[in-house]
Amino acid sequence: MTDETPKPPDDRAPDEPAAEGADRPADGKPKPTDEEKAARIAAAKAKAAAKKAAAEAPAEPKPAWEEKPVPPERADAADDPDVVALADGVAGSVLGAERFAGDVTVTVPAGAIAEICRFLKVERGFSFLVDLTAVDWPDREGGRFDVVYWMHRFDDQRRLRLRAVVAEGDAVDSVSGIWKTANWMEREVYDLFGVTFAGHPGLERILTWEGFHGHPLRKDFPVEGIDTGAAIYPDVYPPGGGPVAESEGEGEDQE
Amino acid sequence: MNGPDSSLFDVEEMEVNFGPQHPATHGVLRVQVKLDGEKILDAKPIIGYLHRGTEKLFETMEFPQCIPHTDRMDYIAAATNNQGFCVTMEKLLGITIPPRAAYLRMILAELQRIASHLVWFGTHAIDIGAITPFFYNFRDRDEILDLFEAYCGARLTLNTMKIGGVPFELPEGWVDRCRALVDDFPRRIDEYETLLTDNRIWKQRTVGIGVVSPEDAVEWGLTGPPLRGSGIRWDIRRVFPYDRYDEVDFEVPIGANGDTYDRYLVRVEEMRQSLRIVRQCLDALPEGPIMARAPKVLRAKEGMVYGSVESPKGELGYFIVTTEKATTPYRCRVRPPSFVNLQALPEMVKGHLVADLVAVIGTLDIVLGEIDR
Repeated sequence: MTDETPKPPDDRAPDEPAAEGADRPADGKPKPTDEEKAARIAAAKAKAAAKKAAAEAPAEPKPAWEEKPVPPERADAADDPDVVALADGVAGSVLGAERFAGDVTVTVPAGAIAEICRFLKVERGFSFLVDLTAVDWPDREGGRFDVVYWMHRFDDQRRLRLRAVVAEGDAVDSVSGIWKTANWMEREVYDLFGVTFAGHPGLERILTWEGFHGHPLRKDFPVEGIDTGAAIYPDVYPPGGGPVAESEGEGEDQE
Repeated sequence: MNGPDSSLFDVEEMEVNFGPQHPATHGVLRVQVKLDGEKILDAKPIIGYLHRGTEKLFETMEFPQCIPHTDRMDYIAAATNNQGFCVTMEKLLGITIPPRAAYLRMILAELQRIASHLVWFGTHAIDIGAITPFFYNFRDRDEILDLFEAYCGARLTLNTMKIGGVPFELPEGWVDRCRALVDDFPRRIDEYETLLTDNRIWKQRTVGIGVVSPEDAVEWGLTGPPLRGSGIRWDIRRVFPYDRYDEVDFEVPIGANGDTYDRYLVRVEEMRQSLRIVRQCLDALPEGPIMARAPKVLRAKEGMVYGSVESPKGELGYFIVTTEKATTPYRCRVRPPSFVNLQALPEMVKGHLVADLVAVIGTLDIVLGEIDR
């Protein structure tokens, strides 16, 4: 790391402190000359560097990686051609559209998701479903989950993201009939969030095991996990309890 | 045994568990196979044995703390996992990384791609019955891992990228070592190819096995070599160039028939192209800083962002949702290429023999750490 920004000995330094050093000793305490000199040299160097940077700044803008990062802004994306086409093609399908960091996100009604996806695939050429996932907002009014779809079109390499707000307990229409790849993705969302997909050919848990209770990616699921007993027999064992937690008493059962 | 009237001598359909503890499944994958004799009627992959809740863990960690955990997903290609996360975070925070950092990242990522393809090559061949390539591949992969070790101290879980650049400057002599390896490597790839490419047994076991049509490949969401093997020239490095992939020259190889043999050829050619990229990066390696001027504590704006890189397995994407001024992701979804690619397995093996199942699992090049997360 140290050799990343080597400071070459600056040859302007020795003469600059002489000009500036005249007023410094007045407010500074008397110090050993060597130290003072070093401090003056450093100050002069910094000043010279700052001056140099200031002088150069207008002529030659600093490269982007030396500037303070500028986070992307959100912008309205209602004029995006795909959003316009979607609004025209499926009535009432666009509840909002925004552009952030180069991605267009369209908020769509969850009830019409299958129709919207079919329209986008058939009419707009979004033949590739990149991913499907969910986000949990437990305290939000109007629906706890965001089910997020994003798709890709090969013709002009464009991507579009859909966001459907789903309330807890509501089912969303499955899109696995539209893109086969949605099958496992929907299973994963069902497993980890508990969002059900109507019309899915085999909605089973996929990453946790059959018989597991709870949905690990919900915000109210503890990060440290739940005990196996509570996961399998929630009626018998309280959260955090179970046969594993009381393993000392296991011998009695076998007698 | 299935069906009420099946008896010992009248078995038509049999259900066999393949894995989860089976060396040919490349990890803890279990496939429930329905067999008629040797013929596969249906296969059902069962996953989740390696589920560690990485996505849940991400929600508790500050952005830079997430990076070591990405190593442990696709653990034989850690550098590209780091890269994916960093690229996405930079997109979210608006950071532009210095050119030297981008070039170092590309060198590491391409070396990692070769290392990952070497593991695939060796294990895929050993699954099918060719034991020799494995020794060649692992001998050479070790030299790449030595380079990683010299760079960052780790061989497998590298944790070698930071949001805003790379953490270390190259050690002395590293460029020469790397160049020597890259110059010698094409000869070694030729060596592997003499073992398999025109080998009659290899061809019998791979040509026409696990055919995926281009339409099906898109339908199944395949990415990476399985998609390109089916003849679709599509590579994230080309389509959405990240870091500085738009400044280097490379080909995107594709297959013609979408079978296991084509995917084999695609991956071998990808190794050569990766070497080409590394060589160009070494030649053009710019001087300058290796870290962008990023704040010490990274705070994101509210929003959702998706960034992806071409990992050796396919499109590796990160979907990060943040709240205003957050220092941790509110939600971080990983789009694991292996997970999506594995889904096509049942379609690919239907009608084939049990031995072909092993070939198809090998050709998909899955890593269970990434599938189960």
